[in-house]
Amino acid sequence: MEKFTRLDGLVAPLDRANVDTDAIIPKQFLKSIKRSGFGSNLFDEWRYFDHGEPGQDCSGRPLNQDFVLNQPRYQGAQILLARENFGCGSSREHAPWALLDYGFRVVIAPSFADIFFNNCFKNGILPIVLDAAAVDELFRETLAKEGSRLTVDLDAQTVTTPAGKVLSFEVDGFRKHCLLNGLDDIGLTLQHADKIKAYEERRRQSEPWVFM
Amino acid sequence: MSAQTLYDKLWQSHVVHTEPDGTALLYIDRHLLHEVTSPQAFEGLRLAGRKPWRLSANLAVADHNVPTTGLAQGIADPIARLQVETLDQNCMELGITEFRMGDPRQGIVHVIGPEQGATLPGMTVVCGDSHTSTHGAFGALAHGIGTSEVEHVLATQCLLQKKSRAMLVRVEGALGKGVTAKDIALAVIGQIGTAGGNGYAIEFGGSAIRALSMEGRMTLCNMAIEAGARAGMVAVDDTTINYVKGRPFAPKADQWERATAYWHTLVSDSGAHFDALVEVDGAAIKPQVTWGTSPEMVVAVDGKVPDPMAEADPVKRSGIERALAYMGLQANTPIVQIAVDKVFIGSCTNSRIEDLRAAAAIAKGKHKAANIKQVLVVPGSGLVKQQAEQEGLDKIFVEAGFEWRDPGCSMCLAMNADRLEPGERCASTSNRNFEGRQGQGGRTHLVSPAMAAAAAIAGHFVDVRELMSEV
Ligand code: SF4
Repeated sequence: MEKFTRLDGLVAPLDRANVDTDAIIPKQFLKSIKRSGFGSNLFDEWRYFDHGEPGQDCSGRPLNQDFVLNQPRYQGAQILLARENFGCGSSREHAPWALLDYGFRVVIAPSFADIFFNNCFKNGILPIVLDAAAVDELFRETLAKEGSRLTVDLDAQTVTTPAGKVLSFEVDGFRKHCLLNGLDDIGLTLQHADKIKAYEERRRQSEPWVFM
Repeated sequence: MSAQTLYDKLWQSHVVHTEPDGTALLYIDRHLLHEVTSPQAFEGLRLAGRKPWRLSANLAVADHNVPTTGLAQGIADPIARLQVETLDQNCMELGITEFRMGDPRQGIVHVIGPEQGATLPGMTVVCGDSHTSTHGAFGALAHGIGTSEVEHVLATQCLLQKKSRAMLVRVEGALGKGVTAKDIALAVIGQIGTAGGNGYAIEFGGSAIRALSMEGRMTLCNMAIEAGARAGMVAVDDTTINYVKGRPFAPKADQWERATAYWHTLVSDSGAHFDALVEVDGAAIKPQVTWGTSPEMVVAVDGKVPDPMAEADPVKRSGIERALAYMGLQANTPIVQIAVDKVFIGSCTNSRIEDLRAAAAIAKGKHKAANIKQVLVVPGSGLVKQQAEQEGLDKIFVEAGFEWRDPGCSMCLAMNADRLEPGERCASTSNRNFEGRQGQGGRTHLVSPAMAAAAAIAGHFVDVRELMSEV
């Protein structure tokens, strides 16, 4: 996993609540057995007017110019600004894979769905929860000025606006540590292999049917 | 020891190790796998030179991509076929038990786990699928995980988890005739919203829940994820234990007494602390129908499509406007005046034998309306299919003009050939009415199996309670 420390990036505002993972990456793309290449199908049904299929060349497809990511001013955005309950629905990790492949490293919203939130950390994306009023303010600023950027500092747990306003956010210590250092969870867990074995031994005695 | 919730007990009995910030390494008893979210996990495992930690914990099945008709011809779509073959290959190489296409035990992963007794009370159960919450119906801690976590569980038999807060949804009173677990689920989501359960593990309790069958409890816990909660659960009682008894993976005679003695402790102690309490009057719940593109956009069948002008919050108002435009609905239209094109009876929410019985009871001796293009009835597993055929339900459906299919996810998410065309409206017993969920441009209304069958017969939504009082 690529580490995340600090990012100064362009912001794209996606002004919808309850954006679900079916919208982030529609199901036909889930047939892939790979982890990469989902970026051109991120928000496929909103981005294009036609129906997309996996493996298709997207360069000639009819674009919905109204959709935020198709607007010239948001090209190259690395920070996605969204409304509450972002990433609800299916557990598909293809959603963060698509966001990452497209170029997003940060998503800011008032709240996230649990599984999506978790999946982001496993892929080097930082999901940031800010209160609804702060997010509202960020939407206004982003829309008001073309080229609006934010600076995100994971170590300091801050988001800094162009006006110099500093917003703090919370992040679990363990997740922060893994993300800052780009650590592989599995490797870390396997350092506890003896504890896992000892635990299994105890449970085999108390609930043998679990291990049949 | 102070009073504990069921969630506290399940959590505590699975903690292997705790990090200083409270992140726990949680032991996973049962890991269910399907073809869509596992290939990249198996690949990761292989690239790192790792092996599954405990083979017997894993059970795999293909469900999302499998065709529900013409099984003998195999999967037409080459990309989907490769995905199913990849699962077969991975399971064969590693020695993981898999129910392949054509095996009578094959079916939707959340139907077959309980059916086989692979889901047991007191277990932690995970699967790379959000509706894993279903298995919480057994007094288990069950939730969906992403593909990185699938790999993590394969490699370590553990997950890194932060404990959620505990919410009790208490439904008291007797459900009315024609009102089902699906209606409870939708009514609860209507009340607390799709983000209402974010950060919580929900326990469903109260007299209405105690009175539910295991099928009903599974339907309810299945939809906990649509309320934003990762996990839903119901305490163990005799209903749970009677359901588990004699299933292939359940404890056998010599361990049965010991197991049931333990399982009976899997209830919240009286006086246990919940961080949130939601009270629902079960007797007041009416059959529910969603009108929008999120499960929280729901009303009772005797209600109307809402008017965005009546909503003060601008984000919500534009959400309603967008949903109505997508759904092709006018504000203030009575629900019973909405005509449908297709009906889908199936999915991990409502494809078990009781669901099929409820739909058949409505369809019996009737025929689908002229405007209904297609009614799909898709059993949750091969065994559910066999059972239904023994009871003659298939004949009732076929005589009513419904199509009787082979098991799979089917039109719940339309990854296979079963899907809506743009603009088509569907009464569906599945769990998600998101834009495009059942096919691009498709319009989904979530309902119970009885309500779906009633809509098929009438050609539009009807209050199933009225049909029932006719007989
Ligand atoms: S039936 Fe639908 S919700 Fe259930 S596992 Fe299959 S696709 Fe997911």
